[in-house]
Amino acid sequence: MFDAISPQLIFGQLLIGLINGSFYAMLSMGLAIIFGLMHVVNFAHGAQYMLGAFVTWVLLNYLGIPYWPSLVLAPVIVAVLGMVMERTILRPLQNLDHLYGLLATYAVALIVEGLIRQQYGSSGLPYSSPIPGGVNLGFMFLPYYRLWVVLFSIVTCIGSWLLIEHTKLGAYLRAANEKPDIVETFGINVPRMVTLTYGFGVGLAALSGVLAAPIYQVSPSMGSSIMIVIFAVVVIGGMGSIIGAVATGYMLGLVEALTKIVYPEAANVVIFLFMILALLVRPNGLFSGAEKTR
Amino acid sequence: MTTEAETLARTVLSVENLSAWYAESKVLHGISFDVREGELLTLIGRNGAGKTTTLRSIMGIVKKRTGSITFNGDQLIGRRIYEIARKGIGYCPEERAIFSSLSVKENLTLPPVLQSGGMGDEELLEAFPNLRSRASSQGTKLSGGEQQMLAIARILRTGSRFLLLDEPSEGLAPVVVKEIGELILRLKARGFTIILVEQNLRFAKRVADRHVVVENGKVVDILSAAQLDSDMERVQSYLGV
Repeated sequence: MFDAISPQLIFGQLLIGLINGSFYAMLSMGLAIIFGLMHVVNFAHGAQYMLGAFVTWVLLNYLGIPYWPSLVLAPVIVAVLGMVMERTILRPLQNLDHLYGLLATYAVALIVEGLIRQQYGSSGLPYSSPIPGGVNLGFMFLPYYRLWVVLFSIVTCIGSWLLIEHTKLGAYLRAANEKPDIVETFGINVPRMVTLTYGFGVGLAALSGVLAAPIYQVSPSMGSSIMIVIFAVVVIGGMGSIIGAVATGYMLGLVEALTKIVYPEAANVVIFLFMILALLVRPNGLFSGAEKTR
Repeated sequence: MTTEAETLARTVLSVENLSAWYAESKVLHGISFDVREGELLTLIGRNGAGKTTTLRSIMGIVKKRTGSITFNGDQLIGRRIYEIARKGIGYCPEERAIFSSLSVKENLTLPPVLQSGGMGDEELLEAFPNLRSRASSQGTKLSGGEQQMLAIARILRTGSRFLLLDEPSEGLAPVVVKEIGELILRLKARGFTIILVEQNLRFAKRVADRHVVVENGKVVDILSAAQLDSDMERVQSYLGV
């Protein structure tokens, strides 16, 4: 079986794995940041990712705003919508069981997806690549845009990690993850920090959506289809662990891609098999406590 | 009996008819006392009497509360925790609340400077030399005494001149309790106003100007330092020791 595997196939799948891993990493990082501070399992994350792609499409097709300005504009627009959602829907639920937050975000996801489907239909909308062409590496053809996505997402993940682990702002965030009331007794406006953090997490989801628009079809279901995998990534990495989410995102992207080479039928389930094994070995996630023991 | 100096000192904090609830459970039943500028006042009483809840109510951590708490004339009831802190009140909780995800240095420098007059980072490390040598360690890896020092040190950074200290001597070795006592006296000498929740009567006696005795969520007595010395029998009857 392995004799038939060509280098083109292996490197092609590795690239796909890296691209999928980039989206998994960015999305699960946002989800982990939100869960860490608010203990809300943000089921709207997939819809916010999809909104990022749709806002990018709308900016181009209705206002003529191309990809590069949209890379900033779309995440900001979706992040602002996220902050409004936090203040109006999630904040009133903050003292109730976390299940209410989960249900509320799930409801928002269904409503947003339904509205977009109603307006634009179920079939995907095309968005052309802002960096056409590619380079022939001999063993494979590497499209420039996909290279850009991988590099940009790595830089974004490292930047976000540095922000959280090595700045004063990140120290506030990590401390508020543990004991929000105590951080507030230092005179820090924790409610505002929660709103901004939710906006940041949502902005990361929308940024992933902007990156995804030229690769995948911009469709209402693009968020819900990826969310199951993202939850698996966050659970395997350790709920609330930033570094766990990023590392697991890339790792599972590659595992999924390599499985497609060896046994394609198992590619869709390998992540969940991995999740079961990880939970049996380390129920709190592979990277739980990694940030605490640095 | 109050001295002339005590009478002349300005009232900084006034708690009147304070009641507080945890969910549906009423814990404080109309507590009243006041604190004068530069004074060190202890709240003493049995376990579960409502001492910690009183501090948490002043700080706004206990949200469901009625009555009046005025600080320098401003009403604190209805204010958020961070707004109360910004008025110049520092809070050191019973559990010390050292952040495990932060190093000792990050724990120490976490609180922002809210008002002028706070101690600088270098001044704090000089005052607490143990913390300097452990600066890069995980905050919760410190000993109990060091964690207590860290918990007090970090609120001195903010510039708050009014401190709420919840059982700083709890669970510490006698030699560390003595150090904490000396630290509190130094703070008092520097003009800090302090409310200290304490079950260790010997410790409280050593540092305080007045003692508010709390029982079943009510103030049952207020004693001066001299009264505490002369009437230990009465105090011990409150504490059940």
